[in-house]
Amino acid sequence: MTASPVRTAPAPPVLSESTGVPAVRDRWRTPAAAVVATVAAYLLFRGSATLPHDDEAAPFRLLGDLREWVDANRNASPVFLFLVNYVRLFAGAVNDGLALLLRELGWAGTAGLATGIGWLAGGPRTAATALAGFCAFGVLGVWPQSADTLALVLASVLLSLLLGLPLGVWAGRSVRLRRLLDPVLDVMQIMPTFAYLAPMVLFFQIGPAAAVVATTIYAIAPAIRITALAVERVSPSAVEASASLGATRWQTLRTVHLPLARPTIALAVGQTVMMALSMVVIAALIAAPGLGAGIVTGLSRADVGLMLPSGVALVVMAVVLDRIVTASARSAVPARSTLVGAAALTLCGVAASGLLGNGFPPGWTLHLAGPVNEAVTWAKFSWYGVTDAVRNLTTEALLNPLQEVLTGSPWWLVAGVALAVAWRGAGPRNAVVAVCCLLATAPLGLWQHTMETLTTVLVGTALALAAGFTLGVASALSPRFSAALRPLLDAAQTMPSFVYLLPALALFGASRFTAVLAGVVYALPPVARLVQDGIGAVSPSAVEAARSCGSTEWQVLWKVRLPLARGAILLAANQGVVMTLAMVVVGGLVGGGGLGYDVVSGFAQRADFGMGLAAGVATVLVGIALDRITRGAAGRPARKVSRRFPGKTGKKRIA
Amino acid sequence: MRIGRSLRLLAGALTVALAAGCGGARVETGQATTPTSTPEPTSTGAVVRIAVNPWAGYEASAAVLSHLLEKKLGYTVERKNLAEQVSWEGFEKGDVDVIVENWGHEDLKKTFIQDRKVAVEAGSTGNKGVIGWYIPGWMAKEYPGITDYRNLNKYADLFRTSESGGKGQLLFGDPSYVSNEESLIRNLGLNLKVVVAGSEAALIESATQAQRQRKPLLFYFWTPHWLFDRIDLARITLPPHAEGCDADPKKVACDYAELDLDKIVSRRFAETGGRAYELVKNFSWTNEAQNAVANDITTNGMTPEAAAEKWIEANESVWSAWMPQ
Repeated sequence: MTASPVRTAPAPPVLSESTGVPAVRDRWRTPAAAVVATVAAYLLFRGSATLPHDDEAAPFRLLGDLREWVDANRNASPVFLFLVNYVRLFAGAVNDGLALLLRELGWAGTAGLATGIGWLAGGPRTAATALAGFCAFGVLGVWPQSADTLALVLASVLLSLLLGLPLGVWAGRSVRLRRLLDPVLDVMQIMPTFAYLAPMVLFFQIGPAAAVVATTIYAIAPAIRITALAVERVSPSAVEASASLGATRWQTLRTVHLPLARPTIALAVGQTVMMALSMVVIAALIAAPGLGAGIVTGLSRADVGLMLPSGVALVVMAVVLDRIVTASARSAVPARSTLVGAAALTLCGVAASGLLGNGFPPGWTLHLAGPVNEAVTWAKFSWYGVTDAVRNLTTEALLNPLQEVLTGSPWWLVAGVALAVAWRGAGPRNAVVAVCCLLATAPLGLWQHTMETLTTVLVGTALALAAGFTLGVASALSPRFSAALRPLLDAAQTMPSFVYLLPALALFGASRFTAVLAGVVYALPPVARLVQDGIGAVSPSAVEAARSCGSTEWQVLWKVRLPLARGAILLAANQGVVMTLAMVVVGGLVGGGGLGYDVVSGFAQRADFGMGLAAGVATVLVGIALDRITRGAAGRPARKVSRRFPGKTGKKRIA
Repeated sequence: MRIGRSLRLLAGALTVALAAGCGGARVETGQATTPTSTPEPTSTGAVVRIAVNPWAGYEASAAVLSHLLEKKLGYTVERKNLAEQVSWEGFEKGDVDVIVENWGHEDLKKTFIQDRKVAVEAGSTGNKGVIGWYIPGWMAKEYPGITDYRNLNKYADLFRTSESGGKGQLLFGDPSYVSNEESLIRNLGLNLKVVVAGSEAALIESATQAQRQRKPLLFYFWTPHWLFDRIDLARITLPPHAEGCDADPKKVACDYAELDLDKIVSRRFAETGGRAYELVKNFSWTNEAQNAVANDITTNGMTPEAAAEKWIEANESVWSAWMPQ
């Protein structure tokens, strides 16, 4: 009990934030009364009904027993014999086949092929990007790992598209299916990558096959959603015209829907690739080979030199794949000369592969681990005073008091406050769903850890919003600042979430603060971008009118721009919360504690398997609750399109 | 060689697919009857899959074994970075052939060796392993009686940090390490909280800082480890270990046992691994030898391969005794 908990009771800031638009004084009376009541209830009932954590909780044991049963019946139960094991074999075979192909092509052959595909998709510039990227894999000394990751990504994307595109087309034409799929996809997109892994281990064990299945499921959501949207948006008059000419449904689909929806469907492919890439890395926790293994090993040994080449290669791979897919969305059917050029490039590569052998020439590799680790050690020791102070200050001033309040409050008080906030901000329906989800973590036996995770998420979101808001406003007001910021944001949004853990861990060691910091950095780009877009979209005439009335720039910002951009800002808050949650959970790997650590520990210790699985479920519940609490106010229909649709908000993933 | 391996893989996959054709698909159980990619004992290029658990001592043993398998016997070694318990699951699927340094794990031995019969023991590594709680040497001199667990509560305030929630911090390593910490704290009524540092490296760094800057620290550590040659550490005495006192993980109230670290291999590898299995079975060295290699890897910046090669060049008399006849 070092800090006074009263000072930092969570209710006041949250409530006052949600009230938003300035209005008559009466509007403040109810919230103020609610705040006073909350603080009073906290002081009175602090320490009672807190649902402390118990490693032996019944649900954990139950899930542990489930695992024992599955292990014992893997080769006996028909569900496994005729379904699960086949899925596993099939996914494994697709991956093995692709890995074999890449291995036989060798570095030069694959580089040639990628360059050729780049040429086909977007001409010389894309081809050059692809070539440079593959050279980077080799020079960093991670070609074999890159090939494994590439095979995993390709296998999962292939399966995702194979299942997702037809489903998407169907959903785009059938409202009933759409209605059925929507809530499922909603949950899938809020669900942090981490939560996918434990059930995968249960059914598919560890290894590349399980990784492919997990990644396929994870990456399928945007494939379905964006394709459905694209097909849905095809102009009805074109469909009408086709039908009136006597075309069958199938013909209309083939000749009207698909060609018109093609550019958007290419976006779906791009999004699927990016999602797959971020998942494949995390799948290293269930023994998937490739670049992720380097990063996970590096994280678990706090060895930045070991993980940096893998991290950089991953970013490079994301950029190359993104460029190729984006370019192919824009390009028309390639001319014959392009085809010839592409084929020639591929053949060059294969020929070079014959000369160089399968691998990358070892002499051309840079060995970075030594110098990098020296630099990290130097930075650690010379900045130790500062980094230690920053970490301890944030932990003592923000994390610890808030955690004390959340874990020390009776569960009904936390639920009540959540209900009030959600009701006011998002309406009764969302509020009830949110509170039910939050409360459901209690029978799972994870209430206390949920509160710990909530602490880090709230602190992380607050910091991300503050920083993103500042950046967004600054770049909306200054075109020059915006131009300087854009490439940075673009790069940041292509990076798989894991990469953000590296610098945070290098400087701050394993702690909750490290996880919060990584979350802040991860959520920052979309928040900044949404705020900027929102303010930029404010009608110039409104701004003009305010100016002509003699308002200062500052007044224009506070009285006109921000209130009018309210929808976008609330959407930014929603994004910020969901993304911070995803990252904070992954932060369990670097001392993040709470639910994320339970998941990590569930992989590492057999005895904790049940707890890990339960924590995965709890994470999803927290995600849904936070999403519901922050959503409604932004106005659902408009929000949905801009949120799920990458064209509008830039690329976004929920790690 | 590559083509050959690929063909075998393909053939294996086909066999599995065919076998699966009737009666549903079974998951490989690592037994000698399964047809896929069995290491061929005599030909070169056969694959040995070694699990590498996340601590330097293990890595040292694995590096030396891998080097001998590859350079002296002509095998291909696949090293897989896996957590301890996940490695055991690898036996079942055929993902892992060898665990080089196993720390006890009686429960896993029962499950995988006795019940499922997918693994077998392959003898001691020669290393004696002890887990314990340690403090920097200067603390033992400055605070009388601190090394007795009964006095820990008196000094718990010394170990408080921003992460330990008002209690004393007990710094733990990788989440996958063998651990009785929670039970010990609960059953001995200690005012401590386990804080997970996440890795061996983080433990070493904290211990080094605690020694240099005279900062209090209580942490989980183990021998064999080269750190004891660098830093003066004092061990906390917990209630002495007695046979079976740690049988129920939730009721443990005694110190860790001194373990005879051993090697575990998949049953298939034991039955068909040939010369590779012979070498693994014969492998046995001292704590000093392991510390030397581990020290080269962690503090002298050598790759595991280079460190293993250096030791192998200097110690032919030791390893030549391990080679299969």
